[in-house]
Formats: sequence, C-alpha cells, structure tokens
Amino acid sequence: MNVDETDLPGLGRRKDFMTASGRRIGVVELREGQTELFVSTWDDPDTCQASIPLTGDEAATLGNLLGGQHLAMTLTEAHKEIPGIVTRQFSIAPESPFQNQPMGKACIRTRCGVSIVAIMREGEVLPSPGPDAVLHSGDLLVAVGTQEGLDAAADILRNG
Amino acid sequence: MDPLALTLIELGAVVFCLGLLARLAGRIGMSPIPLYLVGGLAFGAGGVVKLEGMQEFAHLSGEIGVILLLLMLGLEYTAAELVTGLRRSWQAGVLDLVLNFLPGAGLALLLGWGVVGAMVMGGVTYISSSGIAAKVITDLGRIGNRETPVVLSILVFEDLAMALYLPILTATLAGVGFLGGLTTVGISLAVVTLVLMVALRHGHRVSQAVHSENSEVFLLNLLGAALLVAGVASAMQVSAAVGAFMLGIAISGATAHSATRILEPLRDLFAAIFFVAFGLNTDPSTIPPVLGWALVLAVITAVTKMITGIWAGKRAGIARRGRFRAGAALIARGEFSIVIAGLAVTSGVVPDELAALATAYVLLMAILGPLAARYVEPLLQSVTRTAAVATQA
Repeated sequence: MNVDETDLPGLGRRKDFMTASGRRIGVVELREGQTELFVSTWDDPDTCQASIPLTGDEAATLGNLLGGQHLAMTLTEAHKEIPGIVTRQFSIAPESPFQNQPMGKACIRTRCGVSIVAIMREGEVLPSPGPDAVLHSGDLLVAVGTQEGLDAAADILRNG
Repeated sequence: MDPLALTLIELGAVVFCLGLLARLAGRIGMSPIPLYLVGGLAFGAGGVVKLEGMQEFAHLSGEIGVILLLLMLGLEYTAAELVTGLRRSWQAGVLDLVLNFLPGAGLALLLGWGVVGAMVMGGVTYISSSGIAAKVITDLGRIGNRETPVVLSILVFEDLAMALYLPILTATLAGVGFLGGLTTVGISLAVVTLVLMVALRHGHRVSQAVHSENSEVFLLNLLGAALLVAGVASAMQVSAAVGAFMLGIAISGATAHSATRILEPLRDLFAAIFFVAFGLNTDPSTIPPVLGWALVLAVITAVTKMITGIWAGKRAGIARRGRFRAGAALIARGEFSIVIAGLAVTSGVVPDELAALATAYVLLMAILGPLAARYVEPLLQSVTRTAAVATQA
C-alpha cells in the first residue's frame, strides 16, 4: 500500500492513500497531538466529506478495530483446512483481573488449550507474545483455539 | 478626575468592549480584526468618543502587540518547514509576491505617495493573513484537503518574504538612501540565513535557554527574551518586529508548541490593543474619500490572490475546484497588513490618507476573505451550471 505523507507547515502532517473505490482516506496528525480522520468526497478527491477529530484513545481503538478485524480474517482463512479451529478477539476491559499483569499469569494455554497469537495495542501489532508480555486495558488479544476453549479463555480473562 | 483613574476606566471600558466585539465576531463567524479596527476608529481622533487617558499605554501596548504577533508567527513554523516550504513553493511564492505587491505599490504611485508609500502599500496588499487563513481552513474542515499544503506553503513563503521586507521597509522609512538600503538588505539577508542555520543546527539550544517546566518562569523568559531581541534589533535599525520573528524561528520543537500555548492569551490581548491603537490614530472622516480606491484595490488583489492560488494548485496537480478553494483561502488580509501600515504611520513620513486607505482595505479584505473561502465552491458550481445551460441552448 502506498501511503502519501505531506507536511502541513504550522498544523502537522497528513498521511493518506487512495482506496480502490476512488476515495482518499487518511489521518492528519496535528502538532498538539490530536488526530483528525478524514475521507474525501466521491466526486472530488481533493476535498473532504468528513473530517473527524479523534483523541489518542479513540484513534488507538479505531486502529485496533480495523487491524484486529484484518488479522482475524487472515487467521481464519489460514485455519480453514483444520476443522474445529476458530479465531476470536478478546479485549482487556478496565476491570479485568489481568490488567497490568504478565499474560502468563492467566495460564490460558495450559487451562483451555487456546493460543494468544497477537496483541493489538494502539494500532500496533505485537505478534506471538510470550508469557511475560504485560496486558493493558484496551488491548485486543487475537486468540486461536476450539470453540469451547475460547469460551473458557474469555471467562478467564474477564473473571480470573 | 485623577489621571490614573481616568486611564484605568478608559482602558477597562475599551478592553471590555473588545471582549463584546470578539464575542460578536465569533457568533457570526468572522475575524474580530475588522471589528477591533472599527472600535478604534470610533474611540479615536475625530471619533464618537474621544479617549485621551490611555493614548500612551495604548501606544506601548500596541508595540508589544506587534512584537508578540511576529514572535508567534516565527514560532508557528520550524526552520525545517521554512526551508522545505521555500524549496517546494518558491515559484508560486514569487508569483504571489509580484502579482500582489504591484497593485498596492502602483496605486500608491498613482496617488502621488512616492516610493516610500509604494513600498508600504505593496506590503499591505501582498501579505495574506495567515491567522485568518488557518482559521478558515480548520473551521471549514479542510485540513485533510489536498490543496491545503499548497496554501500553507505559500503562507510560509510570505513569512520568509516578511523577514526580508520588514528591515528594508524600516530602512526606507528612516530615509536611508539607495546605498544604505542595499546595506540593510545585505545585513537582513545575512541575519535571516544565519538565524535559519542556527535554528536548523542548534535550535534545541536556543529552546533550552528559554525553556522551563515552570510556566511562570517560561513566560517571563520568553517575554523578556522577545523584548530584548526586539529592542536590540530596533537599535540596530533592523525593526523590532523582525527581531522577535527571528527569535520565534530559532525556538523549535516541543518548546515552540508550549510557547505558543503560553503566549496566546497575551498575544490576543496586546494584538487587540494594537488594532485599536491603529484605529485610534486614524481619523474616521479620512476614510470615505479613499473608500472608492480601497474597493478597487480589494477587487484587484482578490483576483490576483485567486490567480496565485489557481496557478499553484494547478502545478500541484489539484483539480479545478481545489484550485479555486486554494485561491480563495489566500484572499484575506489582516494583522500583518496593519503591522506594516502601523510601522509607516509611526514613522510619520507617509500621508494620513495612507493609513485611511490601509484601514479601509483591511476592513474589506478581512471580511471578504473568509466569505470568499466559504462561498467560492457553490459560486463556481452555479457559474459552471449556467454556462452548461447556455451552451445547450
């Protein structure tokens, strides 16, 4: 994917690309630290139909949503040949007992045979996290396992 | 009445009125600058109410207002942005300079205000208001638009042009001859290059020198440094404003951002007083005779800015509508046109009509600019539609 980066003197930096449907989509990183998400109109790629200010948290969450979806789809595709194996995403809620704890403490693989294959955090992917990777509230875990195993893992992450 | 009490009452009343005007401007979505100017006209020489107690304070505050305006203009862009902006858009910048300097200068010559008057009026019509342009771009949700970098780099070029123009203007106003003028140009070119180099290489050191975690210490450091540099620059005949501008460029990175935040309220106050002080010194009765010329100038220089934007947009590969938006965003003139006219008026070597013309012109352009930026697209569309209908019929 070819992402264009343009300096906006005095304002910040714009990063955008053209979608297959002919719309330009991107973000402006403002100097004060906010992010502005924008989508161009369908008839004039130079202008914006919507320009939405996002706080740091919102931008990170949106990144996780988009990235997590993509990752889960790829993994599901990859495991298509193995019946019974499912990919699912878990988010770490602020009240989760494993918040700010190393992931190994939850013993998910030992207890329910589920593997955490990636952690999505602030739009970035941490692939194959080890047992000492610390979980934070807002993290999105991508897990692979059986349907029952995943249900059990969800329960562990929520209630300990 | 006790003179101090009189001054305080007048000052309080004026600042309070400015607050009301700023609120009104925000309500109807326009720049407060024209309202401040009108306010100044109403209170000043030949106005409705005559204020005498605050003249002295208004004068000094106005000077500080100019210094803060220029300091914050310098803070707005980093040295690296200035250099890349210059590299990327110098052709558009030069076109902008030629197209927009000439109408003002030409009219001044036509009205018999001589070379000095031409220098001043050229500057007044040349420089777009980066404050109004930036506000229009954010308010209309155009930050992500593809023509926005084009507009911004032209504004960057104008900033650099100001750094050279202001010292030359100061020298011209001081009545230095041709040779003296050349020396000043040489000195200012050298100073600008030096400051840019220092800012690129050692900007963090300058920033470190003024920076402090304590906002009170930081504010005092900044303000002290700005006034000192401005004063020294003024003593060296390079214009106080340019000194402050250069200091702003030299301060970079995170320090520049927090400096902008911390100075903003001060700038708003002193700049508002500066606009009022400018209005105070202009007799409203001198405006109607020059209003016709101001209108002519407004129409011509609105067109020349449009041409600049359209040309620059075309070069950057922007489609037709984007090009017109770029042109319209540049139309507004404001704070810096008044700064230039203010320098000329203080020196006393230009006729009173010049101040009146500059005031009327900025009043028109500060109102017309944002309107043009907002309505250029619907206007363009209806023109295109009418033309299409006409060809069909």
